[in-house]
Amino acid sequence: MIFDYPTLKLIWWLLVGVLLVGFAIMDGHDMGVGTLLPFVGKNDEERRVVINTVGPHWDGNQVWFITAGGAIFAAWPLVYATAFSGFYWAMLAVLWALFFRPVGFDYRSKINNPTWRSTWDWGLFIGGAVPPLIFGVAFGNLLQGVPFHFDDNLASYYTGSFWGLLNPFALLVGVVSTAMITFHGAIYLAHRTEGEIQRRSTRAALIFGVLMLAGFTAAGVWIANGNFGYAISSVIDPAALPNPLSKTVVQQSGAWLDNYRNTPATMIVPALAYLGGLLALVLVARGRTLSAFVASSIAIIGVIGTAGVSMFPFVMPSSTLPSASLTVWDSVSSHRTLGIMFWATLIFMPLIIVYTSWAYKVMAGKVTLAYIRENEHSAY
Amino acid sequence: MISEQLVDLSRLQFAATAMYHFLFVPLTLGMVWILVIMESAYVMTGKPVYKDMTRFWGKLFGINFALGVTTGITLEFQFGTNWAYYSHYVGDIFGAPLAIEGLMAFFLVSSFIGLFFFGWDRLSRKQHLLVTILMAVGTNFSALWILIANGWMQNPVGAEFSYETMRMELVDFWAVMLNPIAQAKFVHTVSAGYATGAMFVLSISSWYLLKGRDVEFAKRSFRIAAAFGFASVCSVIVLGDESGYTVGEAQQTKLAAMEGMWETEPAPAGFTLVAIPDEAGMKNDFAVHIPWVMGIIGTRSLDKEIPGIKDILARNRERVVTGIEAVRLLDQLRKGQTDDATKAAFEAVKADLGFGLLLKKYVVSMDDVTPELIDRATRDTMPRVTPMFWTFRLMVALGFFMLVVFGLSLWHSVKGDFASRRLLLRVALWSLPMPWIASEMGWFVAEYGRQPWTIYGVLPTHLSVSTLTVESLYGSLAGFVGFYTLLLVVEMYLMVKFARQGPGSLGTGRYMNEAVHA
Repeated sequence: MIFDYPTLKLIWWLLVGVLLVGFAIMDGHDMGVGTLLPFVGKNDEERRVVINTVGPHWDGNQVWFITAGGAIFAAWPLVYATAFSGFYWAMLAVLWALFFRPVGFDYRSKINNPTWRSTWDWGLFIGGAVPPLIFGVAFGNLLQGVPFHFDDNLASYYTGSFWGLLNPFALLVGVVSTAMITFHGAIYLAHRTEGEIQRRSTRAALIFGVLMLAGFTAAGVWIANGNFGYAISSVIDPAALPNPLSKTVVQQSGAWLDNYRNTPATMIVPALAYLGGLLALVLVARGRTLSAFVASSIAIIGVIGTAGVSMFPFVMPSSTLPSASLTVWDSVSSHRTLGIMFWATLIFMPLIIVYTSWAYKVMAGKVTLAYIRENEHSAY
Repeated sequence: MISEQLVDLSRLQFAATAMYHFLFVPLTLGMVWILVIMESAYVMTGKPVYKDMTRFWGKLFGINFALGVTTGITLEFQFGTNWAYYSHYVGDIFGAPLAIEGLMAFFLVSSFIGLFFFGWDRLSRKQHLLVTILMAVGTNFSALWILIANGWMQNPVGAEFSYETMRMELVDFWAVMLNPIAQAKFVHTVSAGYATGAMFVLSISSWYLLKGRDVEFAKRSFRIAAAFGFASVCSVIVLGDESGYTVGEAQQTKLAAMEGMWETEPAPAGFTLVAIPDEAGMKNDFAVHIPWVMGIIGTRSLDKEIPGIKDILARNRERVVTGIEAVRLLDQLRKGQTDDATKAAFEAVKADLGFGLLLKKYVVSMDDVTPELIDRATRDTMPRVTPMFWTFRLMVALGFFMLVVFGLSLWHSVKGDFASRRLLLRVALWSLPMPWIASEMGWFVAEYGRQPWTIYGVLPTHLSVSTLTVESLYGSLAGFVGFYTLLLVVEMYLMVKFARQGPGSLGTGRYMNEAVHA
């Protein structure tokens, strides 16, 4: 193996980040489009235009989510086990919201009945708006610490409730996340449509872009001044066999700013959120939609990256037993599995990017009302 | 202690959601190749009817695929939400094939399915055919990786327990990939899917022929389905037999339960055609035997014995006793007593650790184990015989029945008179549900037959669950049942509607029942 264990652990922190960011950029713009669907499409034909901007691609994009889930299972099994079972009802809410997407896209236009179609439109809205909101809330809770502990055999016990997840700070992060995804989706929609729909999408982009930046700033101020942060108070050996019970951790206000203090270069990550966000706002206002999409993608890297860098090396801190917190060093798979999964990702990720780009190239261009009328029976 | 109710509900939820998912997967696996065949005919002959066939059957494929995707995400979540200890204990091995499935296969299928539906006017004929082929290859790779993961649950090769990390760890990835159970399962399962796709097209085409509608379209579809279905069902049966052989090697309890073999017979053992198993008395009350057959299927030899249930239980009792020692030593190691003597002693017995863990269903500490509990844990190592015995036989009977249906359909396709054979067409029509029933039975035999383990011989089912409340399980189970019932109603409604309307739903102007929705 060319990489030693600590390096691979670090690489996998980056790769999980890449998959989550990939999910937010690719599936995120589909979800943003779903969220905006009932509002920017005023009648059935307009809504079909909106849906068909993502029609050929949403399915492939959703695999970013499934693969991110699979990769967390493979690379961070303890995180997968603890987070998914702890956030049980939140996860089920995401899952059930996602149910509306495949059937909503595929079944909606197969029957010409206004009630049928409008029901699925709201289904697509739920499938677009609920997952980013809950993922944001989940990140908000990770930043505060989650009430869980392990027994001696590493079975995890979650001692909080679903309603406890919905605290003010977490809801703020949920708003940031939803605004970010809707902003991104609105820009995509402005790029792929024309006329009224494009105008409405551009306006939505301006509103949600400003909301994202304001919320991001508020969350940052809250973290800097509130009672946030955990720090490892014992020596941790990154090369050691993973055991989350072998270190000690203390809760420490302001600890989430330590990485920026110790390594000022990391401040580039939150800077990207502002840079990308502002640039996207300016560009979309000027009608430069494709560049704006690139810029909002950069903003997404910045926003998600900020959460990751602030918490590093923590992934899932425990509020009730801080020493059981999960970090990139002690909640990972074996050296061998991390190595194999690294190569699998390295081989397949470029291929995925190539054929996804080809699919977008084939389907490129504006989706118009004329297109919908010509493809009455085959379009979504 | 984990409550039994929690375990039962978690199992019920997993079984319900997995079996529901498996209503859609086999059809996807088979239909996608039928689409490849139809579109290849289009590219080679240029006849529009083949394009219409690809598009019409593709439309039904899409309705089915949507629910396959919807219900598949549930399974990817559910290991984490409901089987957290399992996910921790074996994620090092089990997670990798799931992640690779996403990277290698599911991305491929899902990216190209959009071009399949929307790329007709934007791609050349050959490019579009390539898209369809890649979609087909993707679905099959997807099945391969999922069955590698499942095969490892049945036969956990290439991995070892580590007391430091308190989990199974990967030792040999190639062994996991090339696991003979996984490979036999893969071919058996995808072939069953091919037969399902073929039966779907065969039955609906028969219905058009019986009604005298869109006859040319239906005849061409029927012929393709008959030929593809016959080849597939042959493969299902041959590979089913291969699965039987590999199971005999790796999971003696499953084979013995499937066959209701209480005693070890002298080789080669007879095959019990029908029987009424008596679980408590550990015997069959009534049985019809065919000599030799089981020995040959199960061991590929005339002289190797297949162990009966009583002998297996006697051996498992010894493993439970050794397992208790393994659990004790593991506790010492976890408490920090890691001297070489303890480590060596643990290494010597750790192969039976899983059998010791079976007792955690009854006691917290191994000090409280009684001989009576050892007997109970031993008895737990056998799945119940009656459901295994009968579901297996039902599956096999349906397989042979489909062999006859496809065989006759192919025979009359070659002769060219199938369109006037009304009885054959009626049988083909009413055979529609058979491949689904057979697939679900097969799933049941494989997974119920693995009990009491999630990972055979390594991790008992009752230890694998998440520490959730019983109320949470009732709530989520109710949610799944509600959502899935609703989705099934919607899906069936659309499927029936478009199957009834037929190729006229394409709006090409060439068929009956032209599309009216506009």
